[in-house]
Amino acid sequence: MRPDDTAWGDPVDARLIEHLHGGFPLVDRPFAQVADELGLTEDEVIERLTRLLARGVLTRFGPLFQIERAGGAFVLAAISVPEARFDAVARIVNAWPEVAHNYRRESAHRRGGGCACATHRASAAATPLNMWFVVGAESPAAAEAVLQRIEVETGLPVLRLPKEREYKVELKLPIAEAGRGAV
Amino acid sequence: MALSEVDRGLIAATQSGLPLVPRPYEALGAALGVSAEAVRERLAGMLASGLIRRIGAVPNHYKLGFAANGMSVWDVADERVDALGARVAALPGVSHCYRRPRRLPDWPYNLFAMLHGRSRDEVQRQARDIEALLGSACRGHDVLYSTAILKKTGLRLRED
Repeated sequence: MRPDDTAWGDPVDARLIEHLHGGFPLVDRPFAQVADELGLTEDEVIERLTRLLARGVLTRFGPLFQIERAGGAFVLAAISVPEARFDAVARIVNAWPEVAHNYRRESAHRRGGGCACATHRASAAATPLNMWFVVGAESPAAAEAVLQRIEVETGLPVLRLPKEREYKVELKLPIAEAGRGAV
Repeated sequence: MALSEVDRGLIAATQSGLPLVPRPYEALGAALGVSAEAVRERLAGMLASGLIRRIGAVPNHYKLGFAANGMSVWDVADERVDALGARVAALPGVSHCYRRPRRLPDWPYNLFAMLHGRSRDEVQRQARDIEALLGSACRGHDVLYSTAILKKTGLRLRED
């Protein structure tokens, strides 16, 4: 999926998405309650959500689990993947259901960022850590088992960066404003 | 705290999302062999315990106009990282902020702040604000921009 900042800009969708950031009601007919709050109909709310999910504007609608609270673990991991093998390695990594998301990343320092410090000179010489993914599993041991299997299947070392402390999760971005900007 | 059978069933049944029907909790209950009321009670319980962070929409920031996504990473003095991490987290544009271990010599950074903007310029401005805030406590940093989403499904538990 490539960045796309022009495909979307319906103000009702924007209000709906912002309203549904959290606090979805635990009542018999929650979509009807949301519809009342927004001056829409129940059918319209369900139809819009279905469409937003189908178009990929929303990646998900439902409960977001914090599996650490039940003994589980999320581990951020990174691999330096040679360019010629990138797609094949992505297929191996993505095939694991425990891989919750996976991004290709590039360092600002590799694009003439102008940083000449020793750390960045050294890292610029090596293959960049260009694949970044998160493994979520029911226990730290289960997460580690997946990471080890990925190392075996890809033949590449995986850098493990587990969360040690959380200062903030999930900013609510000003979506309605972004929607207007994108029109 | 281990997962109860009902909680595990609820996680498995909702990992791709809530059913988009007028009575989603009834639909979940029917699939799990419990009442809609029991489903709502367990969801409320998991919200209260923090096992569920929120129930709602997960947007694709790219499609909402936040085309630039930068993982900013910082090498911050250990004795100051917690106090400064909390202040970095409060800056606008920072969606997630974590402390993670360094992996020397490959990886010198211990503070991660995810930045979102409509352009890389906007993300760079956010990074400069963080750099100013960290001051002499920071020994180096980088910003890793995402150039493709290879996968984004959220947590999936194994069926077995």
